Amino acid sequence: MRKVSLFNLAALVLGLAFLYLPIVILVIFSFNASRLVAVWGGWSTHWYAELAEDAPLLESAFISIRIALISATAATVLGTLAAVSLVRFGRFRGRLLFAAMIYAPLVMPEVITGLSMLLLFVAISIDRGFWTVAIAHTTMAMCFVAVIIQSQLVAFDVSIEEAAMDLGASPLRTFLSVTLPLIFPAIAAAWMLAFALSLDDLVIASFTTGPGATTLPIRIYSEVRLGVKPEMNAVCSIMIAVVGIATVAASLLTKLGAARGAPAR
Amino acid sequence: MNGQPKHSFLAKLVVRIPYAWLIAFFLVPFLIVFKISLSQTAIAQPPYTPVFGLASGWHGVSNFFAALSLDNYGFLGSDPLYVLSYAKSLEIAAFSTLFLLVIGYPIAYAITRVPRRLQAVLVLLVMLPFWTSFLIRIYAWMNILQHDGPLNQLLLALHIVREPPTWLSTNTAVYIGIVYSYLPFMVLPLYATLEKLDESLFEAAADLGCPRWKTFWLVTWPLSAPGVLAGALLCFIPIVGEFVIPDLLGGSQTAMIGQTIWTEFFANKDWPTASAVAVVLVFLLVTPIVAFQHQAMRGAQRD
Repeated sequence: MRKVSLFNLAALVLGLAFLYLPIVILVIFSFNASRLVAVWGGWSTHWYAELAEDAPLLESAFISIRIALISATAATVLGTLAAVSLVRFGRFRGRLLFAAMIYAPLVMPEVITGLSMLLLFVAISIDRGFWTVAIAHTTMAMCFVAVIIQSQLVAFDVSIEEAAMDLGASPLRTFLSVTLPLIFPAIAAAWMLAFALSLDDLVIASFTTGPGATTLPIRIYSEVRLGVKPEMNAVCSIMIAVVGIATVAASLLTKLGAARGAPAR
Repeated sequence: MNGQPKHSFLAKLVVRIPYAWLIAFFLVPFLIVFKISLSQTAIAQPPYTPVFGLASGWHGVSNFFAALSLDNYGFLGSDPLYVLSYAKSLEIAAFSTLFLLVIGYPIAYAITRVPRRLQAVLVLLVMLPFWTSFLIRIYAWMNILQHDGPLNQLLLALHIVREPPTWLSTNTAVYIGIVYSYLPFMVLPLYATLEKLDESLFEAAADLGCPRWKTFWLVTWPLSAPGVLAGALLCFIPIVGEFVIPDLLGGSQTAMIGQTIWTEFFANKDWPTASAVAVVLVFLLVTPIVAFQHQAMRGAQRD
């Protein structure tokens, strides 16, 4: 019999409070009418209205969203190919290096990934800007995508694929009409993770960006370095809301995927 | 996978496209960092002497090797700034990992105690903040920890302190920020391991009259070692190279190594030194990364 002791309960309540209170406080303060961040001046949506007038900030948000859309899509395609290679092609030549290059970026400090990307772009003298950030984000995110899709493919019932091929479907046809629809929820979840990673990234973007491509995190960072600002509370609250909705959607999709992948009852 | 697969042109493409991408944008850049760490600083654009002289034939190649130098590494060793920076990074990463373990373990353990349905919800709740921007979560703490912020107001109201203490720009703030940001990375691997433990082991221990703390120490803790190791490495490695947290919450006494690379690069424009600092950091981290790979592979084989 499982028992939830008082100690267990306290750990859960305190743990979740620790995780959520800072975010809740941030959101509450974004509705503070007072300019002094620490003094409560009543509820107001003043800072949100202010945001709509902040042209550079809106431009940065637009740049960030475009980079995130492009890099998430590219990373999903590349990461899915990588996962299929790792799981379905057995031991091909250079597999070890391939696997190492997929896992290494997951734990590599971002400062180093950013620095090395930048030095590459300088070495081949490409002008830094929108596309260099998109390439850097694609590279980072494709590794996360590959790991997610890989775990789905490993759990996948291979006999379905074998049945399709026994019935004369080519490997490509099998992949497109059997495997892909079944792992689609995982692919969608991976795309959202890649999108969130790109939207979120400060360090790699700072290294690889150039004039005219100031992403939203770079803009926020340069604003908050010197201290707390009410407008920034509002921007951050909006981002929290967007990411929160996307996460719940992604987790529902993964659940759907798990239900589909499971053998029929 | 089925015996001898005939790899069509298309199948080869499936492997080669992501492979080529990773070589071009992960491996090659890293080799360039390594190369630049061996070249001289120059006051020019780019600020190092490019020694890729393949155009000039064999002469160029021999020049290339002649121009490589370990000066930058010697410089790192001779300047206490860098040594202190590495030491501080390792120290902060080690203590934060310990704090994370102490805080994360009871949470992960408690999740395994509740009914299954609720477990999934709790795991999602632990994951959710991880999806929220790193920068935003640290910024949230800047709000809380500022001089007249909510924390100090609470402490003053409860008469715990007479004078509001300074939190920002201290190591304490850095530890709070790190523990806060990395908690999901610690809780999830611990939960994954603890959740698989066989309930009957605890029942057996209880039937044989073993007190609960002893059951924990003799049964649960040793069996959860893989999760502890995975969680510790998942936290320790990225914390060593952390930039945003010490930069926004920490003081200026000693920079962590991520900040040192950033400063060398953006402020001092000393690319060869920044590269050398990065290369040394990678070598410091290779051991735990290899250990992690090993652990992950063993885990994969077991499943």
